[in-house]
Amino acid sequence: MTNVTTPPTEGRPVPLLDAAGRPYWEATLRGELLVQECPGCGHRQFYPRQICVECGDTPGWLTTEGRGTVHTFSVVRQQGAYPFNQWTPYAVAVVELDEGPRIMGNVIGCEVDEVRIGMRVEVEFVPLNEEASLPFWRPAAT
Amino acid sequence: MADRTPVIAGIGLSDYPKAPHLDAVGHHVLATQRALADSGLRKSDIDGFMCAQGDFAQPDNAGTMAEILGINPRYFDGTAVGGSSFELHVQHAKAAIEAGLCETVLIVYGSDLYTKSGTNPGFGAKKPGEQVAGVLQYEAPWGNTLIGAYAMAAQRHMHEYGTTSEQLAAIAVACRTHAGLNPNAQYRKPLTVEDVVNSRMIADPLHLFDCCVVSDGGGAVIVTTAERARDLRQPPVHILGAASAQTHWNISQMPDYTRTAAERSGKEAFAQAGLTPDDVDTVQLYDSFTITALLMLEDLGFCKKGEGGPFAASGALQLGGSLPMNTDGGALSSCHPGMRGIFLLIEATRQLRGQAGDAQVAGAEVALACGSGGWLSAMGTVILGKDKA
Ligand SMILES: [Zn+2]
Repeated sequence: MTNVTTPPTEGRPVPLLDAAGRPYWEATLRGELLVQECPGCGHRQFYPRQICVECGDTPGWLTTEGRGTVHTFSVVRQQGAYPFNQWTPYAVAVVELDEGPRIMGNVIGCEVDEVRIGMRVEVEFVPLNEEASLPFWRPAAT
Repeated sequence: MADRTPVIAGIGLSDYPKAPHLDAVGHHVLATQRALADSGLRKSDIDGFMCAQGDFAQPDNAGTMAEILGINPRYFDGTAVGGSSFELHVQHAKAAIEAGLCETVLIVYGSDLYTKSGTNPGFGAKKPGEQVAGVLQYEAPWGNTLIGAYAMAAQRHMHEYGTTSEQLAAIAVACRTHAGLNPNAQYRKPLTVEDVVNSRMIADPLHLFDCCVVSDGGGAVIVTTAERARDLRQPPVHILGAASAQTHWNISQMPDYTRTAAERSGKEAFAQAGLTPDDVDTVQLYDSFTITALLMLEDLGFCKKGEGGPFAASGALQLGGSLPMNTDGGALSSCHPGMRGIFLLIEATRQLRGQAGDAQVAGAEVALACGSGGWLSAMGTVILGKDKA
């Protein structure tokens, strides 16, 4: 089975930057993957919100190492919607970052049938537009 | 003193699985007419109204539906959390009736999903390349599908517990066997485990026959007091417990991909009923996908966590087994117009009335319906009894 190695971004849904997520997307342009960390209770979370889901405080930001482990995934083999219908089969994973929070993304750079739960992955940003790059995930050695 | 115990006094199905002569509003209307006729109640008896279309732009939105039906409720509920909305409606109707806020509640649903589109609704952005606001901007760029979301739960369950595709397939096979007894079911041709695991992969590890059908359909349930039901047309079916819970909404936020909020809604519903899983004679579980029903079997306590696969493969879920499931054929083979929760309640009621025909579970006295809304997100559990608790 094939898989995308240099993932195209043409046609992908584009994030509409909002108050909660703007710092996250801006960081992607610098090649940094941010999660939120609460100054009050230390809880870490992703996706970005204006509230800590644990204690209700206002979260701050933490720059991650951009590395994690595939927690679960699927390989999408049937997809009617453009542009994804051009790219099947492709792997969609939930990656558990080393810093704790989980993030969804495509695993690239390997055959889809090689994707496994527990697989180590690292982030690779691919430019989307002037406001955001998209984080993809490649197999990592450690 | 009047007995205010809430009971189901009327049920009605519109036409399914394919009804090109009906639009979504028409399904609501026909199901309502049939539920009223079934119960012997008049439309003017309805003083509580519940409907799950929360989108004001849709012609069947809750407020408009009440207006179309000519119902001016004194108790109104538009709770919309996807497929389990109707189990939540029962929870709310029960509480409202017990509190004396209304006497007779109509819960109604209808959809022309098949006629309109012929496909299941997608997941993420509806218009790729356009801007996505809010939470979906963290999922939509990756092209996950509705099936892919449930597949993530199945994948994790297989990883942690060794669950196999063959075990999941046993759920689809049980539903198909029951669909063979339902003349209206969308697919009735017998299905084997081999057929399921050899069907094409849609989103690993879910195959085509692990996925529900796409139908038209509608249903209505009328809830009233035991007192009011006394002189009505049908034997009342008692609402012994009704509870809901949510763990997350979007699939990327599911805290544990092998456990759903049905653990909590089930525990609460059983506590209200004063019953245990051993007391249940038949279950109607939301089988949007085989994994959905498997997780519920575990979460509701019918088997231990991780043992849903062997439990399903044992044949327990088929008529004649210890826990016949989805006796109308379920979403996997009979009918799934987008939100299935109402049909679970209707089939459970038919079983307890002894009106399930060839699919009747002999001596059924307690039935459980469990709906799932969103992406294994919002769970609603309703326990029904032939007799009062
Ligand atoms: Zn906090």
